[in-house]
Amino acid sequence: MLKKILIANRGEIACRVIRTAKKMGIATVAVYSDADARSPHVEMADEAVHIGPAAASESYLVADKIIAACKETGADAVHPGYGFLSERESFAKQLADENITFIGPPPNAIAAMGDKIESKKLAEKAGVSVVPGHIGEIDDTDHAVKIATEIGYPVMMKASAGGGGKGMRLAYSEKDVREGFEATKREGLSSFGDDRVFIEKFIEQPRHIEIQVLGDKHGNIVYLNERECSIQRRHQKVVEEAPSPFVDTKMRKAMGEQAVALAAAVDYQSAGTVELIVGADKSFYFLEMNTRLQVEHPVTEQITGLDLVEQMIRVAAGEELDFTQDDVQINGWSIENRVYAEDPYRGFLPSTGRLVRYRPPAITKGIRVDDGVAEGGEVSIHYDPMIAKLITYADTREEAIDLQIAALDQFEIDGPGHNIDFLSAIMQHPKFRSGDISTAFIAEEYPDGFGGATLSDELLTRFAAIAAFIATAHADRNLRIDNQLGDRLRPPSEWRVKSGDTMLEVSISEDAVVVNGEEAPLSMAYTPGDALALAEFGEDELAVRIEQIRSGFRLTAHGASHDLQVLPAHIARHAVHMIEKEPPDLSKYLLCPMPGLLVKLHVGEGDKVEAGQPLAIVEAMKMENILRAEKAGTVQSVSVAEGESLAVDAIILEME
Amino acid sequence: MQEILEQVEQKRAAARLGGGQKRIDAQHAKGKLTARERIEVLLDPGSFEEIDMYVEHNCVDFGMEETKVPGDGVVTGSGTINGRLVFLFSQDFTVFGGSLSERHAEKICKVMDNAMKVGAPVIGINDSGGARIQEGVASLGGYAEVFQRNVLASGVVPQISLIMGPCAGGAVYSPAMTDFILMVKDSSYMFVTGPDVVKTVTNEVVTQEELGGAVTHTTKSGVADIAFDNDIDALLAARDLVDFLPLNNQKEVPERPTADAWDRIEDSLDTLVPDNANAPYDMHELIRKTVDESDFFEVQPDHAGNIICGFGRVEGRTVGIVANQPMVLAGCLDIGASKKAGRFVRFCDAFEIPIVTFVDVPGFLPGVSQEHNGIIKHGAKLLFAYAEATVPKITVITRKAYGGAYDVMASKHLRGDLNYAWPTAEIAVMGAKGAVEIIFRKDIGDADKIAEKTKEYEDRFANPFVAASKGFIDEVIMPHSTRRRIALGLRKLRNKQLDNPWKKHDNIPL
Repeated sequence: MLKKILIANRGEIACRVIRTAKKMGIATVAVYSDADARSPHVEMADEAVHIGPAAASESYLVADKIIAACKETGADAVHPGYGFLSERESFAKQLADENITFIGPPPNAIAAMGDKIESKKLAEKAGVSVVPGHIGEIDDTDHAVKIATEIGYPVMMKASAGGGGKGMRLAYSEKDVREGFEATKREGLSSFGDDRVFIEKFIEQPRHIEIQVLGDKHGNIVYLNERECSIQRRHQKVVEEAPSPFVDTKMRKAMGEQAVALAAAVDYQSAGTVELIVGADKSFYFLEMNTRLQVEHPVTEQITGLDLVEQMIRVAAGEELDFTQDDVQINGWSIENRVYAEDPYRGFLPSTGRLVRYRPPAITKGIRVDDGVAEGGEVSIHYDPMIAKLITYADTREEAIDLQIAALDQFEIDGPGHNIDFLSAIMQHPKFRSGDISTAFIAEEYPDGFGGATLSDELLTRFAAIAAFIATAHADRNLRIDNQLGDRLRPPSEWRVKSGDTMLEVSISEDAVVVNGEEAPLSMAYTPGDALALAEFGEDELAVRIEQIRSGFRLTAHGASHDLQVLPAHIARHAVHMIEKEPPDLSKYLLCPMPGLLVKLHVGEGDKVEAGQPLAIVEAMKMENILRAEKAGTVQSVSVAEGESLAVDAIILEME
Repeated sequence: MQEILEQVEQKRAAARLGGGQKRIDAQHAKGKLTARERIEVLLDPGSFEEIDMYVEHNCVDFGMEETKVPGDGVVTGSGTINGRLVFLFSQDFTVFGGSLSERHAEKICKVMDNAMKVGAPVIGINDSGGARIQEGVASLGGYAEVFQRNVLASGVVPQISLIMGPCAGGAVYSPAMTDFILMVKDSSYMFVTGPDVVKTVTNEVVTQEELGGAVTHTTKSGVADIAFDNDIDALLAARDLVDFLPLNNQKEVPERPTADAWDRIEDSLDTLVPDNANAPYDMHELIRKTVDESDFFEVQPDHAGNIICGFGRVEGRTVGIVANQPMVLAGCLDIGASKKAGRFVRFCDAFEIPIVTFVDVPGFLPGVSQEHNGIIKHGAKLLFAYAEATVPKITVITRKAYGGAYDVMASKHLRGDLNYAWPTAEIAVMGAKGAVEIIFRKDIGDADKIAEKTKEYEDRFANPFVAASKGFIDEVIMPHSTRRRIALGLRKLRNKQLDNPWKKHDNIPL
């Protein structure tokens, strides 16, 4: 067995691997960049080696530094996690040369699957269905048009070495091909140093379903069933689940066997994933094979009961799989939500910064959190913005989804913007719940972005009951101050709770909470200062995050925050005279997001800009931050000049 | 007998209507509550006891003898806020535009005198067109009577002003001498001379809101403390503020129960100070993680943001917090910050509120305008305030404490009771780079040597231990234990006895 594993990665996956290694009694070594010196994976590992500056290209991506760290610590194996060096054939080879075990597939398998064109050829040869398309060199635009017409529109043009949505263009007609072919080539060249492009049929309303395979060094390869990862935003997976609500037994078997055939064709060892694109008619086609552990591997673990990292380690150590295909089970349902540092309310802009508060939900039955951050940590601009993975599992899909909603309500994150509300909204979405999903789900259901989950009347009633309950608790405590004139007064029992234009009457007595004349079966424990409280309404539980605001509370649960004005009735009757202050409309302004120096202004008065176009660059803490247009428009006026120091929220320019 | 009782009720009802329904409606249309409605929001329900309800003016000029309204434009009395006694007056804009007559002034003076006799806070709700011009000099005399009482009450009982309408001319000087001023956006303004006069004299065109509105005074001028969206928000905030304050300068700070553990550990504070010594961080996080329940009542949040002042509680008892804010002007002390914090420190000292100071200060802000506008005297105000304060003083240096600003920020030398430093503290005359450029001036062209000497200076002074070795720092504490240390310190200092030498009064550099 391996003695000491170095994890050539960071964040949650490093922590994930360390956990299993510890369980197996294997020593661990973490590596870290300047930015990660205080990260949890460094704390968790038995040893830690500093490998350079924050930029991945100077630390986590430098194979020589990883190998030096292995030698320094005497690590006899490396687990690469995902990303970084995990799919670099050269790295696997280098390790082999140094007699260090690579916990992953052999270099030739990585190489074979690393090239999109080569891997498709291999897949076709192994009897795996592939998307109709042209494999091979394309001479020029005319050639591309000819190929596209033969395949039939719509077609997708992809840079051969591309990935993650970069270097991809959709064409519905000859015109689109003529316009986009050269650009795709250029993107391939600039982003990946390879201008080869291939063209294939574009599957409409497609689902993304993938098969987890696992092989050992003794020729055994099994498939661990499928995961569905159709909920994606700009090709970035957001929600994953296992099994898929779309796949039946026959289809599963067919997909699994083809995936195993492909893996066998390259003598695959370790864990790998065959990604498939699935049409509405249940036809499926090979997309690519990822020769590493996937981010979403936990859902497979939950339904199969296997620890994939443990299996990878055992395989790398030369052990034979101790189970066969027939032993692989599907027990229940598992769902994973990726909690990202991005602001869904502002067009999913990436967000970074200090985690002023970070409290993941309590680990109870059916809830698993894979994370690699801690309160007081930093979501850095240098790496992937994923904060945590929230995994739930239960007997049925519906229960697993409901567990997600409950657990997301208990996820407390302050500091960087995050997508908890958005994830909760997806979990509540009828279409998602019915299983009727495709990779276009987010684009189709949230075409104008995200504005918070809608508030049902029932939920509003519950919020009102909770808000009045909390307000009573505060009033009661405030009346326990010393030096009072007479006997202690009683807190108000009649409250008015206002959300937007809706006013609810809540009366609170010793034994009942009544909202608009109807009793709410509320029972909850709350002490002033609690940031999270659990309310019970009969059988239902509702966890709410609580923040005090002027004359009320902000309650957050079920995918949105709600500012509730909570006033005792004797004060609320005067509130009708208050004039609602319109918040100034800042949407047409470009504001400076942090104090910094305006180093570049890309536009001038009268310029037309497109959404996403860079408008200015603000340098703060030696970092250049590109400020982009949130929507298309014309620049009306510019308020500052290059070289000026700007305060936070300073107006840079105004749009018409 | 029954008839007489009914007459009293009728008289009361008439007085409560103030200037009549029409004027009340006009007041409401502006988003403003009436004088009595404001009292209802401010005080515990049913606790208001009015006095001088039937007072009328004594003016006989310009036909004033024909128009008398009981109460004469101001409602006065006492009541409770969370059970604790307060006195208050609330000007009634529906009666003679809330203008101040001799009798109106006498009513205000009476509640102030009553408050002083028993030692309870005074809350003034200002909504007045100014002097009752028909009364002439009698009205001016009335103002001065109020001013005199404001001054005598200063430092004896807390005085809070709510500006909820016009407050112009001489009238501004009563709130100006109280401890806190809360304003309402778009419906209140304060200025000595209004836009019309300004235009005539200086030719400057300015709106009331720009000249003396709530936003102007809570951001630019610093005259007022907090701006609110409406009357109710302002009045409820005044309740919260009163909950932090002792009733008078003889009473201890109020105490109320809290479930927040005194020894709560905050591990995340260990990473609050960034690795990069020049990177900012938000001092509010330290404050919120130190006080009970993250409940912090900030005063002047929008003015001189380079220093943070406000009230919090530790173990349910009020503390005043003063903290440099690295997010704004790197936390430098400038004129605005010195005035803001100096006044806050003096308020705390006057009312026996312990002061907790968080220090991360690179020095005083350099600049011609700072010097020409008198940073020397203004900076001295904060220094003076800290030095004269005899209340418990606990200081925590989180990072920089450079130069004269180190001395100013509640240092050991200014009778700091407990002076703590985080391990990240740097107590030095100045930053290493600046220091080396002075000490090794002749080597300034030799980059390597300068770098080496800078490193040497950093190693020597970029830590709390040199200061600790001299006893300037009592202990180097772990950031995560800050709340525990402060709570323990406050307990031990509860019976602190310290008196300044007898004097008529000091001569703080005004």
